[in-house]
Order: sequence, then C-alpha cells, then structure tokens
Amino acid sequence: MKSIGSYLLFIGTLFTRMEALSTYVKRTIDEAVKIGINSLTLVAIVSTFIGMVSTIQTAANLVSAFIPKSVVSLVVRDMTVLELAPTITSVVLAGKVGSNIAGELGTMRISEQIDALEVMGINSASYLIAPKVIGAMLMFPLLVIVAGFLSLYGGYLVGTITNVVTGQEFIAGLRTEFQQYYVFMALVKSVVFAFLISTISAYQGYFTSGGALEVGQASTTAVTNSCIAVLISDYVVAQILL
Amino acid sequence: MIRVENITKTFGDKAILKGISGVFETGKTNLIIGASGTGKSVLLKCIVGLVRPDEGTVYYKDRDFTHADKDLKTVIRREIGMLFQGVALFDSLNVESNVKFPLDTLTNMPEDEKLDRVNFCLQRVGLEGSNKKMPSELSGGMQKRVGIARAIVNDVKYLFCDEPNSGLDPQTSVLIDDLIKEITEEFNTTTIVVTHDMNSVIGIGDHILFLYKGHKLWEGSNKKILETEVQELRDFLFANKLMKAGTTF
Repeated sequence: MKSIGSYLLFIGTLFTRMEALSTYVKRTIDEAVKIGINSLTLVAIVSTFIGMVSTIQTAANLVSAFIPKSVVSLVVRDMTVLELAPTITSVVLAGKVGSNIAGELGTMRISEQIDALEVMGINSASYLIAPKVIGAMLMFPLLVIVAGFLSLYGGYLVGTITNVVTGQEFIAGLRTEFQQYYVFMALVKSVVFAFLISTISAYQGYFTSGGALEVGQASTTAVTNSCIAVLISDYVVAQILL
Repeated sequence: MIRVENITKTFGDKAILKGISGVFETGKTNLIIGASGTGKSVLLKCIVGLVRPDEGTVYYKDRDFTHADKDLKTVIRREIGMLFQGVALFDSLNVESNVKFPLDTLTNMPEDEKLDRVNFCLQRVGLEGSNKKMPSELSGGMQKRVGIARAIVNDVKYLFCDEPNSGLDPQTSVLIDDLIKEITEEFNTTTIVVTHDMNSVIGIGDHILFLYKGHKLWEGSNKKILETEVQELRDFLFANKLMKAGTTF
C-alpha cells in the first residue's frame, strides 16, 4: 500500500513545476520516435506470428460440416481486436519499453544526472518522465493498430497458403458482424496500458538507489509490475466497457 | 554568502551531521574536509537541497533556502552550479549540448548568444574545439572541466564541487583546483568544495571547515591549518608520511 501511495504521489509530480512547453514538445517527439519506431519491428514480428498461429489453431478446432470456414477469421478477428493486439502487444512492449525506461532512469539516478537536473532547478521527474508517458500514450495506439492489421494479415496469408480457408472466406469472416466499438475498446486499452507501463517503469527507475545491480533489479521489477498491471487493468477496462 | 545554522541529519538511527554551523564567504574557495564517512557530502547535499536536514537552516544571502517554497527554491537553484563527484554529464549529449543544457532549459537566450557563451566557458576551462565530442570520448580530467563549464555557464553565484579530484592524477588535480580557484575569483562566486585531498587543502583552501564524526571540529584558512592543535585534524593532515616530514607553503 505504501508503494502504491508513493507511486500516486510520484505521478502527481510529473505534471507540476513544468518547464517551457517547447522543451516538452521536442522531447516528446524524441521519445515517441524511440518508443514507436524502435518497437515497430518487434511488434510486427510478434503480431504476425500470433495471427498465423491463431488462424491455424482456430481452424483445427472448428472441424464441422455445420460451421462455415469464414468463422475462423471471425474468431481470429475478435480475438485479435479485443485481446491479442492491445494486450499481447502491450505485454511485449512492457518488456522492451518498460525495461528501457527503468534502466535509463536508474542509470541517470546512480550517476547523479537526476541530481544535476534538480540542482539546476529543473523538476527532473517532469522533465524526464512526462515526455516518455505522453510519447507512449501517443504511440501505443498506433502500434496496436499496426499489430491488429499485421495479425489479421498473417492469419490471411497462412490460412490461404495452407488451404485451411480461402481468401474470400477469410475476408467474408472479417466482415461478418464487425463491431467498430471493439476497435474503440482496443484503443482505450492501449492508452491505459501505455500510461501504466511508462509510469510504473519510470517510478522503478527514478527511485533506484545503489549501483549497477540495483539498476538491473529495477528493470526486472518494472517489467514484472507492468505486466501484472496490464493484465489487471485489461480485466477492469473490459468489465467497464463491455 | 552562504550561512548554515545547526544542520542536523540522521539516516535511520545513525546521526551523520550533528549541529553544523558555518559561514561561506563570497569570492573565496571554501573547503569542507574530513575523512570518508564524516558527512561532508551529506552537508553539501543539505546546502544545495538534495537532502533535507532534520534540523537547521541554510541561508543564501539571508534567504532561507531550507524552508523556502518551491518557487523561491527554484529561483535560488538557478543561481547554483555544481560539479558532481561522478561529473554527471548527460551521456546522450555531446560536450556542447551538455554545457548549453542549462541555457536551453532555463533561459530564453537566442541560439547564437548561447553558443557564444558555451564557447567562452569551454575556452575558459581549456577545452575549446571539443564541442562535438561525446562524454565517453573524454578523459576523467576533461570530463571534470566540462562539468565545471556546465556549472558556470548560467552566470551562477554559487559553485559547489563534490570531490573534484577523485579519480584524477596529481597533476590534473592541481589543474582542476587552480581552475576552481580562478573561476571563484573571476566570477566572484561563493564556492564550496568537498574534498579530502591534501593538495587542495593547502593549495586553494581560503576557508576550511573540518568535519569529524558529524561535528565541526575546526574552522580556519590554509595558512593556519598546519599549526592546528586539534589532534583529530592533525591525524587527518599528517596521515601521509610526506606531510609528516614537514610541508611548508
């Protein structure tokens, strides 16, 4: 409970005593590029393979003359949009982005760079972390859209190549009873996950003390806590929005 | 001028500072000396506000810094430059960007003025032409000089140096000491240096404060320190055999 209270107080410091807006604009763009562009390859690989595997496994479990083949892509679509694209992508990003944020801030803490900012009269939490949080909240939804698209495209490719479903059937399944609201839900989830991953990782890194060993521990704790927070908030958001 | 009154700080059940008081004059190189673990760095961190003392007050020219609101603290902090023990240069920025950082963040100065100021400071610390080098490409002594350039770039009134000679060879240490003293006199800053380097004590100690187990045991100048009768200070000063042989200056 003490840690949660401390975390909430920490979030409060991110948006107080801020520097000039221009300082944040440039830093936010830099962070968005770092978080978004640098994660694109990983997200593409993970989401494409998840779409491929989902299609094969769903098709293998829907062997019945009464079930049209297009149901395969319908199931894959809903799984992807509602769960796989936002949640799995965020869990993967918790590992990549979360450990990066915690490691960077932890190293800055133990090498006195954060103290240097404070001595200059700069709110180090706000200066260093607010751009990361905003950058993540801007880029996660875009990455989730890319992940969703590639996941379905991967499913389409593997489905047609292995002949478990034809291209027409796959497209027809994707269009059947499509709920735009699910896309909205996925984007809401991605923004919530981005906020949680970036702030939890920043919190772990910012309050690192000791040396290199503690920076490593902070990164590990950041990833673990972020993943747990993503999964809990996934349930909470689903419960609220569905 | 900086005045500290009755600074006390405890971590857990260990008292680090026990009622330290003192005055650090403008235009002088003030040294805080003592053996490792006596609270020198903690006192410095209390003075710059990185650690909040349990009791006592730090005054910057009669402005109560310890109990100031955030706005006043920010104003005072923008008059402060600090050289950290590990230098604390930003790894991802080159020398020029590191030195320019306080100007970029804290001022609205036009870009060409900023560059002029940066080049002046780099030239002042003997690093002209090193603008585009990364911190990792510099030696320890050069990094310290970049740290000093960054500390003074914003026309600071107060300069703090936490063990500026740590990790440096004796010759480079003397260069850094001389640079700190010259800058103090040239810019009329109130300079406080934490050190346990005897060359610094003798070379630049206009005003010295000796800490022992959290207490201030002695205060004076480098002219008087070798004549001290305080046994703990004598043990500290003459721990080195060369010093025991009888040093004069």
